[in-house]
Amino acid sequence: MRHFSTVPFAGTPEQEEQLKSWLDQNKDMPGVVMPALQKAQETYGYLPIEVQRMVAEALGKPLAEIYGVATFYSQFSLAPKGKYRISVCLGTACYVKGSGKIYEKLQEKLGISGGECTPDGKFSLDACRCVGACGLAPVMMVNDDVYGRLTEDDLDGILAKYTD
Amino acid sequence: MYRSHVMICGGTGCTSSGSDKVAAAFEAEIITTGLDREVKVIRTGCFGLCALGPIVVIYPEGTFYSMVKPEDVAEIVQEHLLKGRPVIRLLYNETVAQDNTIKSLDQTSFYQKQKRIALRNCGVINPENIEEYIAFDGYAALGKALTEMTPDEVIQTVLDSGLRGRGGGGFPTGRKWQLACADRGKVEKYVCCNADEGDPGAFMDRSVLEGDPHCVIEAMAIAGYAIGADQGYVYVRAEYPIAVNRLRTAITQAREYGLLGKNIFGTDFSFDIDIKLGAGAFVCGEETALMTSIEGHRGEPRRRPPFPAKKGLFGRPTILNNVETYANIPQIILKGADWFRSMGTEKSPGTKVFALGGKIKHTGLVEVPMGTTLREIVEEIGGGIPGGKKFKAAQTGGPSGGCIPASLIDTPIDYDNLTAIGSMMGSGGLIVMDEDTCMVDIAKFFLEFTVDESCGKCTPCRVGTKRLLELLEKITSGKGTMRDLERIEELAQFIKENSLCGLGQTAPNPVLSTLQYFREEYLAHIQDKRCPAGVCKALLTYKIDPDKCRGCTLCARACPAGAINGSVRNPHNIDTLKCVKCGACMDTCRFGAISKG
Repeated sequence: MRHFSTVPFAGTPEQEEQLKSWLDQNKDMPGVVMPALQKAQETYGYLPIEVQRMVAEALGKPLAEIYGVATFYSQFSLAPKGKYRISVCLGTACYVKGSGKIYEKLQEKLGISGGECTPDGKFSLDACRCVGACGLAPVMMVNDDVYGRLTEDDLDGILAKYTD
Repeated sequence: MYRSHVMICGGTGCTSSGSDKVAAAFEAEIITTGLDREVKVIRTGCFGLCALGPIVVIYPEGTFYSMVKPEDVAEIVQEHLLKGRPVIRLLYNETVAQDNTIKSLDQTSFYQKQKRIALRNCGVINPENIEEYIAFDGYAALGKALTEMTPDEVIQTVLDSGLRGRGGGGFPTGRKWQLACADRGKVEKYVCCNADEGDPGAFMDRSVLEGDPHCVIEAMAIAGYAIGADQGYVYVRAEYPIAVNRLRTAITQAREYGLLGKNIFGTDFSFDIDIKLGAGAFVCGEETALMTSIEGHRGEPRRRPPFPAKKGLFGRPTILNNVETYANIPQIILKGADWFRSMGTEKSPGTKVFALGGKIKHTGLVEVPMGTTLREIVEEIGGGIPGGKKFKAAQTGGPSGGCIPASLIDTPIDYDNLTAIGSMMGSGGLIVMDEDTCMVDIAKFFLEFTVDESCGKCTPCRVGTKRLLELLEKITSGKGTMRDLERIEELAQFIKENSLCGLGQTAPNPVLSTLQYFREEYLAHIQDKRCPAGVCKALLTYKIDPDKCRGCTLCARACPAGAINGSVRNPHNIDTLKCVKCGACMDTCRFGAISKG
């Protein structure tokens, strides 16, 4: 997994303000680090080192500890995601029904590997573990939209919905 | 009073297939037709038959519409709700008899053998309305426990019921509570709920939270009373947004009704619950890892003892049960241990929810008494395997479990039987596989998962699973030797015996069980360099049958590698050295002339 992004950090003062006021209010909550990183990711879309440093300073914890938590959980991303985040379910039920092939096909169509983002920042592609819609296997998600009972032929039509 | 209720599944499966739009269409249509004072639209939790979603059930008749599209709604409202004539073509076909009379759902093969305890309210009530839960005996068990029972009696009842942890381990729940009950009122304690359903292919916990969140809250409060804790935490996957929202709503409502908070039911018992969101780490399903994660650290497990019952969350005595376990508690308190023991087997009383998935007709959630055979679940309830294919294996227990071969399909399913045949109950994922599934590939699939999810704390798991995966990759790429098989067995045993937590200790199970029951498939990969199911790419060769080929050139044009040659109207052939085994030729051939093997 690549932990450092090559995209320069472009946070705004508003985002910083938003995160810092949340951290100020909640810093004494027991087990605050995870909710803090979740808030930070919700604010910035990902967790570049600059944001991790902000969290570390506000909580009075070493950056190493924050980085340790940020890299442990798969939901946290240290690289920016695309405008449309595609995740293909590779849970067992979907895998048995051929989601592995769907995942391969998408990599081919988008010209990127899993975990990467297209150069124009539009699509990023990830594999995920079970969204719990096993009845519709194989399943993929684009942001919050779920597409089930997929075949390879559906992919062009789905990608075409996300053009802007 | 409403004369009709339109229940629309708002679980994840149906929402994914568009039930929100169907619900909106019903609401709009009912207003246009002026029925809004007579008919009520309710979004419920999961009905279980996810394969047929979106599902709409109309009461009082109980007619079961399947795969409803927004454009069907006007017809249902006009015909069924206005004129009283159900729209037969949209009904689930098993509920329609030959003479077009409608059968009740309990008579369909999917529901007939089910017994719903944990799922009893799913699809029956509106999960976002606490009054509907209360109308179905909700919070009566908490009231009974607080006002009529001592904490020890609560624990004794749970103990007597024989309820075992539904999250996988099968540890007796009452025993767990008993271990944590010392020093009530003297030390701070916690009640935790494990809703970090990480086993891919299992979604019963999610469905309980989405369909009946109050039963978990009620059960946690009962547990809090039993051990003397006043704070609970639900650790739930952030990937389950609907479940998280309904749980939040439910907690807020319970607080408003005084069912959480200070002095519940006028007693001196106080209890509250907070939600902690997980962030995607399978190992956090392990109890000590989950607690470390709630504390805000990397979710790594730690050595036991001390057990969480003595030293758990924030160093305090803690009990942790999974969602489905909790969902059984209120009914046990209300109806008693004997009632619960009347279902299931002697050592595994009660029911178990299974998430049926994979190559099976009725994918979805089923709840059956323990001791039901795999055959009943797969063939009767699940409706068998589509496309006339043969049952090959059922995988239970996810990445910690194993594959059960067709020869053992009559095994009654309970904790002990599954363990005895090299699998385990796990959280209840049950994935059916047919002859197109390669068992070596499946073992590899699960191991890739464990390698990914190993937290890295202990060497046997971190390095061992990786080496084990490499050995499997060697076999699926056709480079395996017989010596590798021995090494796999040695290494698997070593990982089982030496890993720190359950994740590592069970990680080799998928490999060992496939090796035990499908050894000949491993041998085919190693000795004959052949994948019998036609899955492992490196071992496949595509062939054109010259007798069937008409020389239409379609395949040659589809081939991305230029590996197919031949002239028009003459049989083509594939240059195996150039072939990249993508399968494009086979997909385009109209004459079925191309085969792989």
